[in-house]
Amino acid sequence: MTQDLIQRSATNDLTQAPQVRDFQQQVAKLIDTTICIGCKACQVACSEWNDYRPEIGHTVGVYDNPADLGPKAWTVMRYNEVVENGKLQWLMRKDGCMHCEDPGCLKSCPVPGAIVKHANGIVDFVSDLCTGCGYCIAGCPFNIPRQNPVDKRVYKCTLCIDRVSVGQEPACVKTCPTSAIMFGSKEGMKVRADERVAELQSRGFANAGLYDPQGVGGTHVMYVLHHADRPELYGGLPKDPAISPMVSFWKGIFKPLAAVGFIATFAAAALHYIGSGPVTEDDEEDHHD
Amino acid sequence: MTNHWVDIKNANLVVIMGGNPAEAHPVGFRWVVDAKIHNNAKVMVIDPRFTRSAAVADEYVPLRSGTDITFLLGVANYLLSNDKIQHEYVLNYTNASFLVRDDFSFNEGLFSGYDAQKRIYDKASWAYQLDEHGFAKRDPSLSNPRCVFNLLKEHVSRYTPEIVENICGTTQERFKVACELFAETATPDKTMTSLYALGWTEHTVGSQNIRAMAIIQLLLGNIGMPGGGINALRGHTNVQGITDLGIMATALPGYLALPSEKFPDLPTFLAAVTPKTLVQGQVNYWGNYSKFFVSLLKSFYGDKATPENHFGYDWLPKWDRLNDFMYTMSAMEDGKLNGCICQGINLLASFPDSNKSIRALSKLKYLVVIDPMDNETSCFWQNHGEFNDVNPASIQTEVFRLPSSCFAEEEGALVNSGRLLQWHWKGADVPGEGRDDSECIAGIMMAVRRLYESEGGKAVEPLLNMSWNYVNPEAPAAEAVAKEMNGRALVDLTDAGGNVVLHKGQLLSSFAQMRDDGTTTGGCWIFTGSWTEAGNQMARRSNADPSGLGVMPGWAWAWPLNRRVLYNRASLDPQGKPWDPKRKLLWWNGAAWTGYDVPDFGAAPPGSAVMPFIMQADGVGGLFAQGKMAEGPFPEHYEPIETPLGTNPLHPNVVSNPVTRIMKNDDNFGDPKKYPYVATTYRLTEHFHTLTKSSKLNAITQPEAFAEISETLAKKVGVQSGDMIKVSSSRGAIKLKAAVTKRIQMFKVNGQEVETVGLPIHWGFKGVAVKGYLANRLTTAVGDANAQTPEYKAFLVNVEKA
Amino acid sequence: MQVNRRQFFKICSGGMAGTTLAALGFAPGTALAQTRQYKLLRAREVRNTCPYCSVGCGVLMYSMNDGAGNAKNSIFHIEGDPDHPVSRGALCPKGAGLIDFIHSKDRLQYPEVREPGTDKWKRISWEDALSRIARHIKDDRDANFVERNTDGVTVNRLPTLSMMASTSITNEAGFLTQKLTRALGLIHVDNIARV
Repeated sequence: MTQDLIQRSATNDLTQAPQVRDFQQQVAKLIDTTICIGCKACQVACSEWNDYRPEIGHTVGVYDNPADLGPKAWTVMRYNEVVENGKLQWLMRKDGCMHCEDPGCLKSCPVPGAIVKHANGIVDFVSDLCTGCGYCIAGCPFNIPRQNPVDKRVYKCTLCIDRVSVGQEPACVKTCPTSAIMFGSKEGMKVRADERVAELQSRGFANAGLYDPQGVGGTHVMYVLHHADRPELYGGLPKDPAISPMVSFWKGIFKPLAAVGFIATFAAAALHYIGSGPVTEDDEEDHHD
Repeated sequence: MTNHWVDIKNANLVVIMGGNPAEAHPVGFRWVVDAKIHNNAKVMVIDPRFTRSAAVADEYVPLRSGTDITFLLGVANYLLSNDKIQHEYVLNYTNASFLVRDDFSFNEGLFSGYDAQKRIYDKASWAYQLDEHGFAKRDPSLSNPRCVFNLLKEHVSRYTPEIVENICGTTQERFKVACELFAETATPDKTMTSLYALGWTEHTVGSQNIRAMAIIQLLLGNIGMPGGGINALRGHTNVQGITDLGIMATALPGYLALPSEKFPDLPTFLAAVTPKTLVQGQVNYWGNYSKFFVSLLKSFYGDKATPENHFGYDWLPKWDRLNDFMYTMSAMEDGKLNGCICQGINLLASFPDSNKSIRALSKLKYLVVIDPMDNETSCFWQNHGEFNDVNPASIQTEVFRLPSSCFAEEEGALVNSGRLLQWHWKGADVPGEGRDDSECIAGIMMAVRRLYESEGGKAVEPLLNMSWNYVNPEAPAAEAVAKEMNGRALVDLTDAGGNVVLHKGQLLSSFAQMRDDGTTTGGCWIFTGSWTEAGNQMARRSNADPSGLGVMPGWAWAWPLNRRVLYNRASLDPQGKPWDPKRKLLWWNGAAWTGYDVPDFGAAPPGSAVMPFIMQADGVGGLFAQGKMAEGPFPEHYEPIETPLGTNPLHPNVVSNPVTRIMKNDDNFGDPKKYPYVATTYRLTEHFHTLTKSSKLNAITQPEAFAEISETLAKKVGVQSGDMIKVSSSRGAIKLKAAVTKRIQMFKVNGQEVETVGLPIHWGFKGVAVKGYLANRLTTAVGDANAQTPEYKAFLVNVEKA
Repeated sequence: MQVNRRQFFKICSGGMAGTTLAALGFAPGTALAQTRQYKLLRAREVRNTCPYCSVGCGVLMYSMNDGAGNAKNSIFHIEGDPDHPVSRGALCPKGAGLIDFIHSKDRLQYPEVREPGTDKWKRISWEDALSRIARHIKDDRDANFVERNTDGVTVNRLPTLSMMASTSITNEAGFLTQKLTRALGLIHVDNIARV
């Protein structure tokens, strides 16, 4: 089973992940915002399958409930009212983990094996090992992981690895009423995206396109957008996401250290940062490239 | 639905008006998206609000709530003036060529025959001219000024783009875009599907909204076509089935009528309800009324039903007037009822004017609630502060509640919007001491019968003669009841040639086998064929689609006779060729009609004079509705009963529907000066009425009540999103959060500005969601003159900062 | 892209204390470092239809146990039926949340009565409930049943009891409801189809 893990956090060359399998089909989820009706079936199915229930909140006059991602809200809908040329567009986007090919969370995690990447591209948090340090939160270019105040661990979408492992699509994908969420091989999803983009362009969306940001090596969750030139319209989807330089900084400090030095070093780093601001440092080469 | 869910994928234009399927029927909406992606269809949403459906539509066209008829007759005017109609279809398959009586007229908002005192019409003049044989006169040249086609042209000619703009608030530019999209489907190879729901029905002109679209669909030749039709999207899982079963004031199963007291015996009743053929040679399937009715009586009364006693006709209750739920609630408020059995409905939350409902329920001696869930209705006597400010001590109603099953804990069939009877199976027991719905009903029946058996009492025969022959009469098995509805042969049934087609005791396979001599049973003739000697057809699970048109005839079973598209003969031209070769559902095989779908037609070969609308006495689709509708054979724009304009720009002397029933308890209308804004209530996709506020997963996704208002109204009232506001009508007031949105816009109408206030209906003083007021505290109990559906989609309110 | 100072404070405030023991070497063994087990492997699967709107989506209900006689079913998961020609496995947020409807804390568990003028529910047995309801109905019916109208026409109606019928019950329960109402002579009969 662990032979499917091709990348583990805080692991150096000496304990490289298994590299024995040859046929490794990459998976991807394609979220087509142009046929999304914002119904939140994906939110509910995620919550139902994964057996979590966030608190019942309040409304503040928008449809975004829960208001944000949380340790018990691994995916949320974001609604945006945009007026262009006198025409209203109600843009909706399912937000959640992008399952980056080059995952900033995994790179920033100081605990060996607490964040793993599977051969199919799924990035998963091994919660039993999570120390709650929160580095993955800083390392994520999409602002996705959230810490649970009760157990201090950090949680996010698993891409339903338990379902995918037995040959089933993720819960959000299966439930999506309009097929706005599709799942398949990454190649297959790109083909589907091309078809969708062509159709959108034929309906006058000249800037329709696929969101598969190369700054993180591409993602295993991709979007079809009517306005691919302006992803920020969709609840602040970053235009050119990249792993923060801070991640490289932390990685440089922590990798050689044993966990016992962890707290002191973190405190020092924190004090240093608070006093001096960010340190610019060249990206460390990736051990698993 | 004349068609069915998957069939939407065949449309070239999807018009969503009077409904919001992305919100209320999200999974059905997948076929709208499919039409768009795989059939290059356009999707147009015409709605006062920019809805979730509008979010993925190609065109969004706003209109003021309650003005759909103006818009649609404007479209009809465009189609007729620009010759964008399907000529051959209109001539052959509609009553365009039929001549209307000379005394039929329309003047200043009123059709001929109006009685202002009684607020009803004498509909005698709304009829065809008949020849000496009693058949309708026709003019196929369409030149006679009294033919339906010319009367319709004249009627709609008033609905110009300027009038549409003035009444609907839709700009002429947007209206033109809409008209052109409609017009594109006038060609035989293009179809438009109409999807509607309570956005059309919940108006005082609700039925006429649908009539207006039916006229357009007939002009465009879209009825009976794959990808066409008039598609009512039903709101509850078995609205279709319970309506099919006639659980209504004046109905019996299978759209048969419950006789009124005007009909003292069976022959008188049957003579009155069986339609006479109006055009020679037409099928006129309702001519078989007596067979369906007698078979029902045989199901009801078994061996007790004999030809001598008119099959037990006397034991049926005969009604005096239409006791629909709104009338019943008024009578209850007046103290005329003692009891109410409320089964699986949260009437306090769903019925109009909830303060009135509380007054009415408080007058009862006993209320029996059968429900799986704790809800507002069973607890109407509880004090919940401002949300339900009642004094339990002053309420003398004895309230029982019986815990019942939900879907997961029972077996049986539900009928979806596409008329599909789908069987489902039990997955677990009812929690606690709960019992399934059938057991709850049977429990009451048996307990009452035991009292009558031991004590005697009034009218024992109707009670004890009703058949109840189940293995366990306290808990009838679903299979037994399903077979009872399907019907059986009580003797060996033979065909014309004397061959036995069914043996005594066998299940019928078609309602064509029914007899009116007491030799067949059948509790709901349209369900006949659902459970035959071949087994439970409703449990079938083949999703093969040989036509490629989404017919899937092997999945479950659709009434009637597993037919998926109603009036499907109209998908072929009179010679039997499909209007569009890509949509070939049926064909003539030389001896009979056959095809991917079950033909909706008799045995007449192609080219015969028999027309496709076999349930109509005239065989054609009705541009002109002979004598059926309460307010006229053509739709006409009437303002909502509470109108922000205070007038009707078309005819100031007839402002609102002239035949709307207004009961004395309900004439508390709001003055537009005091209540200037148009409110409309609706569902959100995250919730199902007030049921899902008890489901935590759903409560999380929309936790709390809010009202949607425009940015202009928010500015006027001085509130921002998230602030508390007070929304009041002449019937009550509620407080809730404001949601200020660009999706609601102000309309410029008849020289004034009209604001819309959107009120989702999902919260109350029970459940796990944030507690709040019932939205129906504000609504009016005045409804559609035909169906008595309350006008929830357009009533007047005021909005203030709370 | 740079992390600004405000973000960095946010990260630091995340709470270091809770789980750092794990980082110090007290972490559970690697056996736990696996994905969650697939939970439907041997669960009993029953087909049903979603009870909300009238699309009639197919649902698959999974209950704990494999159908053995000694185990009591309890549904723990519901998802769409992929074979269903209309829904093709999809469910809207209502259907996707059905499990919380079935197990809602608001489900009624036993018959109850609220007596006139009181402010609470009282638990009663089914036998009590049905016999008290039947007594009400019979007294009402015996007192108010109309066998003939003023014109002498047999009308056999009970104008003082109404039935408000569900549109979420099965056809079979519906047909029994139709029979009950007409056997009692009810004419105040309606359902909730129109609201």
